[in-house]
Order: sequence, then C-alpha cells, then structure tokens
Amino acid sequence: MAVALEPQTRRPNRAPSTPRAAKSATARRPFRRWFSQTGWRHLVGVAVVIFAAFPLVYVFSASLNPGGTLITANTLFGNLSLSSYVDLFNRPQQPFAAWYVNTLFIGFSASAGSVLLGALAAYAFSRMRFTGRRFGLITILLVQMFPQLLAMVAIFLLMLSIGEIFPAIGLNSQIGLILVYLGGALGVNTYLMYGFFNTIPTSIDEAARIDGAGHARIFFTIILPLVSPILAVVALLSLVATLSEFVIASVLLRDPERQTLAVGLYQFISQETSQNWSIFAAGAVLAAIIPVALFLALQRYIVSGLVAGSVK
Amino acid sequence: MSAPTTTRPDERTVHGRRARRTAESASIGWKLLLLKITVLGLLNAVSVYAAMVLFFNERWIIGTLVVVSGAILTWIYLQRGALPAKYLAPGVVFLLIFQVFVILYSGYVAFTNYGTGHNSTKDHAIHAIMLQTQDRVPDSPTYPLTVVESSDELGFAVTTEDGEILIGSADAPLEAVEGAVVEDGRVVQVPDHQVLSFADLVERQQELTTLAVPLSDDPNAGALRTQDGQRAYVYTSRFVYDESSDTMTNTQTGQTYTDGGEGAFVTEAGEELMPGWRVNVGLENFVRAITEESIRGPLLYVTTWTFAFAFLSVASTFILGLFLAIVFNDPRMKSRKYYRLVMILPYAFPGFLSALVWAGMMNQEFGFINNVLFGGAAIPWLSDPWLAKLSILIVNLWLGFPYMFLVCTGALQSIPEELTEAAQMDGARPFQAFRQIKFPLLLVSIAPLLISSFAFNFNNFNLVYMLTGGGPRDIEAGINVGSTDILISMVYKVAFVGSQSDYGLASAFSILIFFIVGTISVIAFRRTRALEELN
Repeated sequence: MAVALEPQTRRPNRAPSTPRAAKSATARRPFRRWFSQTGWRHLVGVAVVIFAAFPLVYVFSASLNPGGTLITANTLFGNLSLSSYVDLFNRPQQPFAAWYVNTLFIGFSASAGSVLLGALAAYAFSRMRFTGRRFGLITILLVQMFPQLLAMVAIFLLMLSIGEIFPAIGLNSQIGLILVYLGGALGVNTYLMYGFFNTIPTSIDEAARIDGAGHARIFFTIILPLVSPILAVVALLSLVATLSEFVIASVLLRDPERQTLAVGLYQFISQETSQNWSIFAAGAVLAAIIPVALFLALQRYIVSGLVAGSVK
Repeated sequence: MSAPTTTRPDERTVHGRRARRTAESASIGWKLLLLKITVLGLLNAVSVYAAMVLFFNERWIIGTLVVVSGAILTWIYLQRGALPAKYLAPGVVFLLIFQVFVILYSGYVAFTNYGTGHNSTKDHAIHAIMLQTQDRVPDSPTYPLTVVESSDELGFAVTTEDGEILIGSADAPLEAVEGAVVEDGRVVQVPDHQVLSFADLVERQQELTTLAVPLSDDPNAGALRTQDGQRAYVYTSRFVYDESSDTMTNTQTGQTYTDGGEGAFVTEAGEELMPGWRVNVGLENFVRAITEESIRGPLLYVTTWTFAFAFLSVASTFILGLFLAIVFNDPRMKSRKYYRLVMILPYAFPGFLSALVWAGMMNQEFGFINNVLFGGAAIPWLSDPWLAKLSILIVNLWLGFPYMFLVCTGALQSIPEELTEAAQMDGARPFQAFRQIKFPLLLVSIAPLLISSFAFNFNNFNLVYMLTGGGPRDIEAGINVGSTDILISMVYKVAFVGSQSDYGLASAFSILIFFIVGTISVIAFRRTRALEELN
C-alpha cells in the first residue's frame, strides 16, 4: 500500500550507481544526446529550484537586514546583522515570545489529543464489528467534508456563552481553543489511521488474547507500537495544521498575550504595514523553523502517508 | 477483511464466557484500573460541578444534558460490554459538541438577526438604551463614593444620607452590604472587594466615567455615575419604559417607540432605537442574500470566483506537479534528491507565512518583484482586481505544486514500467504511451486526492486573507467584500471584520456553502466509489 519514494536508492536500475561510473557514462554520451535525455531536466530543475526557494531566501535575507523596511529588503544580503531578531523579543505590544510558547503549547496539545482520540476510534473501527459501524465510518467521512471553520460564527458564539459561565474554557482561553480543535480529531485522521490499522494482521490480536491480554493491553502495548509510523504522520500533519491555523484562533483568542503566531504575526504586519518588515521576517524565520525541520526530518514518512491515502 | 473478534464461538458456553472474563479481568492490571477510576472520578466530579453551576445560572437544558452525558459515559466505562463504545466515546463527544452541534447551531443563527446591535435579550437592550441616554437629575443628592473591584469588575460603594451602605456594579443594582468600614462618611473597606487607590482611578478613568450602577431592578429608576471617582450622582434616562404597553418614550421629544417585532423599538415613521435584541427572523437572511441587489451581486461573483479559484488551483498545481514528476522520474538523472529537497520547501513552510511574505514581495511600490525584477515598474499586483486574482493563483501554485509533485511521483512509481515498455514494443511513441497507458492509471489513484485538494482550496482562507485580504474592495457592495474574496473569507469578514458584525447573515452564507460543499462531495464520492471500499 505504501510506496517507497526513493527509487534512486532502492530500486536497482540501469543508472550507474557510483559517481565515477556515472561520470564515464555521461562522458560516453555525446552532449546533444545527453542534453536531450537528461540535460534539459537539469534546466527545469534549476528553474523550479529558483521558483521554490526564492521567497524563502528573500525572507531570510530580509530578516538579517537591520531595521529594514520593504524597500531596504530588496538588496539581498546587503547588510547583515541579527538586530531584528533581538528587536523581535523587545516589543511589549507584540509579545513574540509569548506567541511562540502559546503556539507550541496549543499545537502539541491539540496534536497529541487528536492522535489519541483518532487512534482509539480507528482501533474500534478496524478491529470490532458492531451495529452502526459502516454508518459511523461514512458519517465521519462526511462530517470531515465540512471543515470546522465553516461553523466559525457558531463556534465563536458557543465559546462566548461558555465563557460567561466557565471562563477557563470559554472565549479567550487556550484550553478552549484546544477543545475546539479536538472536535476535528475524528475527521481525516481516523481515516488515515483506519487504513493503516487494517494492514496489521488480526492474528496478532488473537495470539495476544489467547495469552491472556485484555483489549486495553492489546491496544496500548501491542497495536500502538505497531502503528507508530502512521501515528507520527498524523501527529505531524495535525501539528503543522494547528500551527498555521488562523481563523478560529483569531476569533477565540482576544488578548495579545494569549494569541498564537499566526494571529499575532498577521496583525503585526497588517497594522504596521511595511514599516517593520525585517522584524516580521525574523519572526517568520523563527516561526517556520520547527515545522520545516520536522517536515524535512520526517518527509519520507509523510510522503508515504500521503501516497498511501491515494494509491490503493 | 478481518475476522469478527468480539464474538467468538466459545462465548456461547457458560464455561467459555467465564474463562474469557477471568482472563480479561486478570490482564487489565492495577495500573489501568487505577487510571480508569481516576479518570471516571474526575469526569464525574467535573460534570457534577458543571451541572451545579449551570443550574445555578438557570441553564436547565444544558445542565441536564451535562448530567445525562456524564451518566452515559460512566455507564459505558463501568460495564463489561460495549467495547466499541469505550473506544469511540472520547472522540465522539468532541465531534458532537464542536462539529455536529456547531453546524446545527450555525443553522439556528442563520435564522436570527444576531449581530452588531442585536446581540442580546430584550431586557439587556432596554437597559442598554437607558444607560446610553442618561442625564444627571437636577438637584439630586450627592453620594460619597468609593470605587471597588471584585473579580475584574468595577463597582460602586456609596453611603446614603441616612448612613446606609450600598454596593453595586454595572450588572448588579445597588444593595445594602454588611461589614463595611466607614471613615469620615466614606467607605474604606468592603468584604470580598478591593478598594481602588487614587492611582488606579486615574489609570482606569475611561472605564470609570462610562460605568453606571443601576439604583434598582427597575430600569426607570436611574443609575449612579461619577466623573471623579469621589462623588456619585443620580442619572436618569431620557427614555421611559412602559412595561404594560411595551413601549419606550423619549421624555424630551415625546416620541414613542414600540416593539416592531423585528428585534428593535421603532417609531411609526420607521426610526429604530439601537441597540435592539436578538429575534428569530425566519428566512430573512437567505432572502436578503438572494434578493438584495447589493448582496446578491457580490455573492454571485464571489461564488463564481471561488469555483474558478479552486478549479484553477488544482489544475495548475497538478499540471506542474505531474510535469515535474515525469521530468524527475528518470533514473539516469543525477542529484534528483537535492532538487526534491528544495522543491518541497514551499510545502513545509507554514502557509500563512508564505502568503504574508508574497504579499510583501508583491507590494506595488516597495516590493521586490516590481522594484527589482521589473526594474521599478508599478504593477498593481494586489490592487487591480484581475492582477490580484492572478497573483493569488501564482502564489497558490507556489504553495501547492510540491504536494502534487510528491503524490504524482508516488503514483508514477507504483505503475509498473513494463506497461510502457510493452506499449513501446507495440510501436507507441513515448508521449503516446504515457498519455494512453500511464496517465489513466495515474488518474485513478490520484483522483481522490484531486477532489480533496479541490475541497481544501474551496476553503483556502489563509491564502486569500493573508495575501490580498480579499481586496481590492468592492465599494458598491452592501457587505465588506472584495474581488478576490472566496466564500469562506467573505463569511469571516461579514462576521468578524470591521465595526459591523452580522452573525445571522454570515451563518446564512455558511449554510449555503454547506450545501454547495455537500453536493460536490456526494457527486465526487459517487464517481470515485470511495464509499464502496469500506467493509
């Protein structure tokens, strides 16, 4: 079901495997033939790399430009200084450090919660047969077609009235925001996990049961470790999604101290237009570090997770 | 696919059942049991507490729901059977509250006039009108005043002429209080309240001068207000509310306002007294969306653009992604790994940041694209209606092609190479072989992803809102909407951006989107037969 995406390292093929052999192979081909077979591919590659990387290079350069505005950011790597990064943490009106901590707290809690809830449900759907099972699966599939943000007005009003009675989980509460995010836990996640759970043979469960293990022990000590790759993928995907979630966070979190990076950084630039471009750029670089690093480290699993969803 | 595991043949005999039960209970282990007891205990404690608070606040229905669901959850986890329910319950609880309920609630709000000027009950509206139109009563007594604070709420503590001590806040009318300490006719200490110092008073002056503490439950009785935090005077409203006839009368002009049934007091000439209150307006929001020209026009072009945007985004990212997947799928090509690493960066970079960075680069006067790439040209990337649309598509292409590249590469590699070779043996040229053999196979596996990508872009709020803010704004429209707004960003702006919020209309739009998305999903599912794979 899952497809390995790195054939160049796995699949033996006609391409020479050592650099030296490759070199001699290309050397043997006349230039024109080399160009028509692989050379033009490098041209495409270079063009795409420029297109893909340019905005990131630009924002990195802008972040190193001391006290820069949009116009000064146009000279790439003209001035180099870390002062924007320092300034970023000294702005009482825009508490960047608090945004960062909030984002991580909300992101990790929501993502861990989603994985747990999703895994429990996927286990039930994959291993048990009960009335309403098919109906339940279809319902989940259909409900996730309606993204939560469509109901943002209702979520806002619901949290407003919860807040009147229980301020700890109502409007302007991060716990409340996490609870709202958990409402979406059973959507696409359960579906991805359900498919993966199905690939684990049920004979393992049965063997464990014969040995005297109860359902809870089977789930926590046998199944969960076996499905950990999909748990990691779902955790990462929902973490990344939560980190850049704007709509519900902006509607629910009111105090600057409690907001997330997405809400804070957006307001930061929409209010001050292009005046503090380099400080924004520094914030953007810092905000992107964790998701990009996680993504690059786990890319192979993510990719196979994505592909598993499509290729049957 | 898997054999039924909950009912095993040996369950039919008493013996087998007992053996199974023993094995089960022996294996749970004391740690899990302890965890179960703790969690259930906490759950019950929280729900009892929540229900008590709710009943205290007279929310009978919700309180009952909390009690019932607490009981159901406890029952599920305390009995032996109902295994699936044990695993499904936690997620389903959240799903029911924050997905299903809010969708239904959106439906309810869509039938009300909820929004700026209509966001509370009639009683609140009456009080608010009277508070906003207050004048000082001539020759009214002066009350020595102390400003107090209790749980973030400011209140007044005053002494009357006959020595009584009263305390109250904006929501709680004045009431006699016991145990206060008075010095020189002024309160200096009140139980459960904090007395504000002079410095606090100066700092919170704004808040203080707008605070009005009602004298009694009767809105006509007037309220105490202060200018300096030292003395309070009685203020009464220009309006008098007559409960028996349900009318408001302006005592200065003699104008009478009656409840028009649409959530506000109106004169016979149709002049409304604001704020109003929330009422059920039936289909009015939907009717407005369809018949009112200044809303219908924008709604139509926003819908059209939403479809065009979602379709063009999927098409452009898919074409580029597929093209790149084919280009890089040649094993003879070296260093593909590095190209790929750079190419997926846009996918890894948080989407909202990308849109903001591109917004900076596309800035008409100072942006990199105009200043450097086009040598100082002033191309209105984000402020011309058509160029703004193009910009959104370009940025979305940047954001989306890596994903398509990844899934196309995966799908291409799962198609056996022999197929192409066989076709070429039969005399097909490479492109022909691709188009007629690989491409259809690829589409089969990619189609569900294209559909979900369409659904994602249909509601791609972050990109639109961060890049153009939906702008350039359409000045003629009756709502806050611009030429790059998609449906979801329009809902957001109608409900939360600017000084006017119209939750009712925004929810009506949400419901319309529900139906559009629902129809598309059903059609898509039918075509891809995704549901038939469930077993």
